[in-house]
Amino acid sequence: MKHMTKNKWFSFFLIGAVMLLSGCNQLVVFDPKGPVAQSQKDLIMYSLIFMMIIVVVVFVLFAFMVYKFRDRPNRKSSDYDPDIHGNTMIEIIWTVIPLAIVIALSIPTVQTIYDLEKPSAEGTDEEPLVIYATSADWKWFFSYPEQNIETVNYLHIPTGRDIEFRLSSADSMAALWIPALGGQKYNMAGMETVLYLQADEPGVYDGRNSNFNGEGFAKQTFKVHAESKEQFEDWVQSIQIEKPALTQEQYDTLLEPGLTNTMAFSSTHLQWVDHGTNEGRDYSIERHEDAYGKLLHLENINKSNQPQEVGE
Amino acid sequence: MQLDEFFVTGEPLIYGGMVSIVLVTSAIIFLLTYLKRWGWLWREWLTTVDHKKIGIMYILSALAMLFRGGVDALMMRVQLAFPNMNFLNSQHYNEIFTTHGTVMIIFMAMPFLVGLMNIIVPLQIGARDFAFPFVNAVSFWSFFFGAMLFNISFVIGGSPDAGWTSYTPLAGAALSPGPGQNFYLMGLQLAGIGTLATGINLMVTILKMRAPGMKMFDMPIFTWSTLVTSFIIIFAFPILTVALALLTIDRIFGSQFFTLTGEGMPMMWANLFWMWGHPEVYIVILPAFGIFSEIIATFARKQLFGYKAMVWSMILIAGLSFLVWVHHFFTMGAGALVNSVFSVSTMLIAVPTGVKIFNWLATLYKSRIQMTTAMMWSLAFIPSFVIGGVTGVMLGMAAADYQFHNSYFLIAHFHYVLIAGTVFACFAGLVYWYPKMFGHKLNERIGKHSFWWFLIGFHVCFFPQYFVGLDGMPRRVFAILPEWMPLNVISTVGAFGMGVGFVIFVYNIYYSYRYSKREEKGDAWDGRTLEWATPTPVPFYNFATLPEINGRDAFLSMKKNNETTFDEERLEPIHMPSNTGQPIIMMAILAFASFALVFEWIGLAVIGLIGTLIMMGIRSFDYDDGYHVEVDEIKKIERSARGL
Amino acid sequence: MSTHELKTGPLEYRTQEGQMSILGFWIFLGAEVVLFSTLFATYAVLFGRTADAPVPADLFEPGITLVMTFLLLTSSFTCGLAIHQMRAGSLKGLITWLVITLGLGLGFLGFEIYEFIHYAHEGATLQSSSFWSAFFVLAGTHGVHVTLGIGWAVLLIIQLVKRGLTPVTSRKVFVISLYWHFLDVIWIFIFTSVYLIGMVV
Ligand code: HEM
Ligand SMILES: [Cu+2]
Ligand SMILES: [Cu+2]
Repeated sequence: MKHMTKNKWFSFFLIGAVMLLSGCNQLVVFDPKGPVAQSQKDLIMYSLIFMMIIVVVVFVLFAFMVYKFRDRPNRKSSDYDPDIHGNTMIEIIWTVIPLAIVIALSIPTVQTIYDLEKPSAEGTDEEPLVIYATSADWKWFFSYPEQNIETVNYLHIPTGRDIEFRLSSADSMAALWIPALGGQKYNMAGMETVLYLQADEPGVYDGRNSNFNGEGFAKQTFKVHAESKEQFEDWVQSIQIEKPALTQEQYDTLLEPGLTNTMAFSSTHLQWVDHGTNEGRDYSIERHEDAYGKLLHLENINKSNQPQEVGE
Repeated sequence: MQLDEFFVTGEPLIYGGMVSIVLVTSAIIFLLTYLKRWGWLWREWLTTVDHKKIGIMYILSALAMLFRGGVDALMMRVQLAFPNMNFLNSQHYNEIFTTHGTVMIIFMAMPFLVGLMNIIVPLQIGARDFAFPFVNAVSFWSFFFGAMLFNISFVIGGSPDAGWTSYTPLAGAALSPGPGQNFYLMGLQLAGIGTLATGINLMVTILKMRAPGMKMFDMPIFTWSTLVTSFIIIFAFPILTVALALLTIDRIFGSQFFTLTGEGMPMMWANLFWMWGHPEVYIVILPAFGIFSEIIATFARKQLFGYKAMVWSMILIAGLSFLVWVHHFFTMGAGALVNSVFSVSTMLIAVPTGVKIFNWLATLYKSRIQMTTAMMWSLAFIPSFVIGGVTGVMLGMAAADYQFHNSYFLIAHFHYVLIAGTVFACFAGLVYWYPKMFGHKLNERIGKHSFWWFLIGFHVCFFPQYFVGLDGMPRRVFAILPEWMPLNVISTVGAFGMGVGFVIFVYNIYYSYRYSKREEKGDAWDGRTLEWATPTPVPFYNFATLPEINGRDAFLSMKKNNETTFDEERLEPIHMPSNTGQPIIMMAILAFASFALVFEWIGLAVIGLIGTLIMMGIRSFDYDDGYHVEVDEIKKIERSARGL
Repeated sequence: MSTHELKTGPLEYRTQEGQMSILGFWIFLGAEVVLFSTLFATYAVLFGRTADAPVPADLFEPGITLVMTFLLLTSSFTCGLAIHQMRAGSLKGLITWLVITLGLGLGFLGFEIYEFIHYAHEGATLQSSSFWSAFFVLAGTHGVHVTLGIGWAVLLIIQLVKRGLTPVTSRKVFVISLYWHFLDVIWIFIFTSVYLIGMVV
């Protein structure tokens, strides 16, 4: 009888664990499309094993204690000893084991932290593709300095090549997060943070601002189109040829707090301002000081919360 | 300023709120007048300096705040389960999650625990009251008015909407003009003063007013947890005070600490906030640990296993809690070295926490567990909290946190620790000490119903959030993608389950008030610690006499030796502080000044501040030394309380 | 719990209430240390961020800050003398030295106000840049503490005149002396890490 319960609990958690791990494949963090997200998934999976062990051990002990020592008639008197107050040996053991687990978790964590600070192809002669990702209430500007093009609220990237995102913000703090490709990093005005990501598989992925920054936050999203190098080049060319250049006047209007549809231009705003520098930090505030207090009265729209894609 | 700018207009939800506030207030005023209770209210409650009554006022306010924060929560859950109904628009949703978070941490969890500490700690150490009863009353009123000030933003001026973390530059004057954010700053500042004073008060009380013979390592574990908590409060709250003050000066007087102009540094807010904020989460969990330890020892009918390890692990946790704040913004790009160091320090906290878990389990070994409601809350805490703890460690691994941060995974983590830790402890503690406070137990059968609803509701609500977080759902959004819908609907169902549990809990208070058997002795649960040595209701002076204490579980040995807290041979007059209306008046004036600052009416604010200073001056000239309870009166009170 | 009063030892420590108040005040000073440390840290982080405003090296002058330092250090010394008189049981000596202490404190405040106004004239105000915000708030917080200390001490002198030396009044005087010395220590840090460093960098 006693064994039965113990086994029952144990198999319950085993099944739970299996279900959990197998069900994970649909979850975007567990379905990586690039090396960064992959290494993060690996780290999470590794840690999850330890966590499952801890949870199982504690739950089994807990179930055993509560079941065995609950107050009930006809208990053996040897099962009750109110004066146990400690046991040095066992206390040392359950201090050392968690410590060992922490060490086991720390090593790959630190390793991965350092790895993610550099492009995966470092050391080879392939340079990362540089994209300035600038957040402005509540939209995204992606500037490709090499290609001299800029997009608003959507992104095209070639597969198999490191992307070096240079993150900054025109106003509030945001975070660029494309969970299928890897974790997020903050965009801040007046400084530049760098995030390396890479897509291995072509596809369309969800990207967004994940750091709350006001009324339009939920809609500050974008699509990432990962495509082969050739397709990417074609796309760049089409933008360069078909789209107008971005004027400062138009850019200043776009900066005003609010939502916009997707857009593309055959030049970038970097010619006159880089919000990631100390000079660029108050560019938007100076122009739109009064607009930040206004409400959009934003409601949820059925189906899509994405910026409308226009003329692509 | 126009009247229609002053009151929030044009929102049906808010009109409803206004009407209900007016109705409830008039109902209370009417009842008090009709029952001729104004004098009673003033004499017995508003001017009291008795730690037991102040504690009860804390707990009542905290329950009210739990209700308010809970309604916020349910409104958010409705919006997320049916986003297309547009029950809340974006702005409403932002205001509601901001007030929800702030109310729950600052105006619910802390006051609830402080209320329990107020009532129990002096009783556990055999003290007459706090070291500074007057200051204790000031603390309560500063919390109370702070909470009122924050809550009134709902109908006057507009609620803050930048999250409970109030990150700059969003929360600065440029991006968030208007009074909303000022309500946050002034409400927290006012309540924070009280919290700091309480921390000092508790520390002196515990260090200086222990019963004769009670050594530090003889103190009940809840008292220990309070001591450690007061240490964290004293070293963490001044940081919050400064952070709030700087942002206030930014917003009202145009300085440039956190601004985008004038080379301000918005990032510094996040640092200051979390240098307070992480210790803060331990301020609300350590007392919870203490409560669980007391209850588990009592109902396992067994000594706490590893008392010293329990104490040292709390001290270690308190120390470490100041060294991990960066884990709240690993994604700020501080560099690999910084993130590595803070990853490791964060994960290290799990070691002393794990030790505590194992000690609780070992306490159960060879015990005789009585399944009372208080015990069930405490037992349920163990596995639930472990889930919160292991996911905390996962969040502590910076490289992985880049994917978890700002997502529902994080939301699930902190609700698993805060609800299964703090909220369960508040409920458990209230149920456990209820007979001491009110002279009757809460009904056990109804209590268990409430427990099961709440526990199951809690897991149904928050467990799915780990997964929806891993699926990329960010926190603080009012609109969601279709693929996140199913899990969100499940969450909402769970949230309503918790709501039912809370309603049953409150109903139980009413039911037990009407029907529970009154306590005749003071020792409702066959307790181990000194609070159970007092008769019920506890005489206002607490202890007539105290035997020399030697060792832990003082009351247990008193029972063995047939000792009580009423030894007629050793009676002496007891010195007591007098009631006073000064604390409530002083803090009301300060609240007025804060309110004026919220609307940036500088003249009025200055008048209010001067008024507060004058009140402090009056206090300085007040040489009222209290009064003595004479031996005859003590004899009378004790004899009748003990049925002698 | 007891009301027993000791018959020997410093007056302010004779009752348990006196002892608890003094311990409580020490703990309060601990919290004040955290408060000022936070302000110092803020100042350090924002150092050099003067935007378009003048830099500190152009404004800070050794003369005036040395005078302020001298005034405050001396006041700390006279405050010590006041306590010495109190221990010796001399009410008159205590009050005399307290008044001198307050006079020096007022002198300090006068110079500080003059200094702030001078900086404002030169274009460095609370609003001009984050560095100057940090400077004014750090030095200003100290100044506000001094002001409150002076107001508080005046109240105590009135009480001393009315009631003489009792365990309660002497406890209050002792506590304010702790406060005053504490402000002196804070000033030393402001003098070295704000003014001296600000002048050379
Ligand atoms: C094993 C111990 C714990 C560890 C290792 C841990 C770790 C963490 C980490 C790394 C974060 C930040 C995650 C992120 O923002 O991406 C976090 C957030 C949080 N934790 Fe914990 N935690 C632990 C226990 C607790 C406890 C006991 C409480 C409170 C009772 C708590 C309350 C919170 C709260 C409120 C937040 C989120 C605040 C916010 O962003 O709004 N944690 N925790
Ligand atoms: Cu930054
Ligand atoms: Cu934390």
